[in-house]
Amino acid sequence: MDRTIAIAVSRLCKTYDSHKAVDDLSFQIYAGEIFGLLGPNGAGKSTTLRTLITLLHPTSGTATVMGYDTVREADQVRTVIGYVPQERAIDRFLTGREHLQLLGALYHLTKEEAAKRIGELLKLVDLEAHADRPAKTYSGGMKRKLDIACGLLPDPKILFLDEPTLGLDVQSRLRIWEYIRMLKTRGMTVVMTTNYLDEADQLCDRLAIIDGGKIKTLGSPAELKIALGGDIVSLTLKETSRIPSLESDLTGRPAIKTVRATTKGLDIRVETPEKALPTILESANRLGCDIEFIQYNRPRLDDVFIAHTGRAITESPPEVESA
Amino acid sequence: MAHYWQEINALTMRWVRRLSREKFSMLFTLVQPMLFWLIFFGNLFQRAADTQVMQAPNYISFLAAGVVVMTVLNNGLAGGVDLLFDKENGFLERLMSTPIHRTSVILSRFIFVMAITSMQVLVILGVSYLFGVHPATGILGVATILLIGMMFGIGLTAISMAMAFSVKSHGDFFSVLGFLSLPMIFLSSALVPLTAMPGWMSFLAQFNPMTWAIDAVRPLILSGWTEALPHVGMVVLVMLVFDALCLYGGAKAFRRAMG
Repeated sequence: MDRTIAIAVSRLCKTYDSHKAVDDLSFQIYAGEIFGLLGPNGAGKSTTLRTLITLLHPTSGTATVMGYDTVREADQVRTVIGYVPQERAIDRFLTGREHLQLLGALYHLTKEEAAKRIGELLKLVDLEAHADRPAKTYSGGMKRKLDIACGLLPDPKILFLDEPTLGLDVQSRLRIWEYIRMLKTRGMTVVMTTNYLDEADQLCDRLAIIDGGKIKTLGSPAELKIALGGDIVSLTLKETSRIPSLESDLTGRPAIKTVRATTKGLDIRVETPEKALPTILESANRLGCDIEFIQYNRPRLDDVFIAHTGRAITESPPEVESA
Repeated sequence: MAHYWQEINALTMRWVRRLSREKFSMLFTLVQPMLFWLIFFGNLFQRAADTQVMQAPNYISFLAAGVVVMTVLNNGLAGGVDLLFDKENGFLERLMSTPIHRTSVILSRFIFVMAITSMQVLVILGVSYLFGVHPATGILGVATILLIGMMFGIGLTAISMAMAFSVKSHGDFFSVLGFLSLPMIFLSSALVPLTAMPGWMSFLAQFNPMTWAIDAVRPLILSGWTEALPHVGMVVLVMLVFDALCLYGGAKAFRRAMG
């Protein structure tokens, strides 16, 4: 695929004392995509993100953002990126508008430029009515919106979001997802970390599953699921003695990838259930196998995660990063 | 350069805004304790203190210089607190991800702390004036006092920021702060002249930069230029060394924290 590369990471390592937070990462992020770094706490996502936004120097390896090296050309990198930190990085005493004005000055905008952009952003994140109240009066969702407005103020080419919906209620979460999708339609590249599988699944064009500082797998959510071997149809037969004959009959049929006998029936990996189910039912009928139970499973991102890391995302990693 | 000023100006104004919205806590935590020292401690020891030992007409006039430098000490040591909170809630990261000169944030803090400290020193001198303490060296003397205060304050603020950037939690920060400030005061000439201290205390107090600052401020208030000038010259030298060391340590801590 011929696409513009927005971010290139090459053999990136970051070591704290003797602990390798990020271990030999290499990947690319294309312009205009929503790219997710998915992993449990302490996997090295935030370290990777902080390196890309020039806040950390890699121990070895390099990263470039829009062609600029994150160490040698950090200033150029900072002019093309926006950052939404994981913590509610809000000054309780400043109003929403004052936050944006402060950042306007730090991005060296003129007063007029800043005022125009601030007006647009407040409208975009629906904070106009609350713009002149101190941020300590904001709800969690409002603070998050302000966070995002702050990240968008420089009109960045690439927006970095660190756990954008951590701790938010469902509605605020959906709203944030909407914003992120809208930014993509405007041509912005979005890089985000998350430890929510559904968020990665719903939102990201491509994602890297990171664990223990290494990339376990990388691809679009659909690709990753397909790579697991497709959907599974599980049959439970009334008479288990019939299992071998049905197994041999189905093996090698079109639309059916693998057939595996279980104690009560068969696990059949299929390309698509639409094509495979009629074949399966026809065979079972013909051979006189009574089916007691039929279950169809489409692999979820959870399965992808477990397949590549050996555990569920909610289980704690064997070694927790101290960052 | 224009960019640099724009950054520093905006960041300094942020501190000013915060202060203007925290009026009460500011008033109670920063100005008042120092005034209490002056008003209560000063008057309390008015008769207990021996003016022969103090080499001053009364205890308040002796104490004024000490309270001025204590104000500088407390403000300086607390100067990094806001950066500590910025570091903890991610605001600092947000600032550092923008294309600002790396020193802007720190410089804005220095400017702000120095300005606030100077104002408070003026308040202390004003209240002292009401108790009959009239600076012997006049307006120029007051300006010199402010200069000494700033020179001492820069080093202290640098220490405070270095700590803010280095500590793991703000609990650590405040423990160290509480641990530092009282010995600094007792082991200095703020409350009692060195000659009246037990030998071991006066020995340690000689190495306290605060003692040097007080020994220069005190004659500016009590005696006059002829007595003060040698001390002022000395304290400028001491503070140059002190500031250089503190800024060096602060810069190192900052670089370590910011990558």
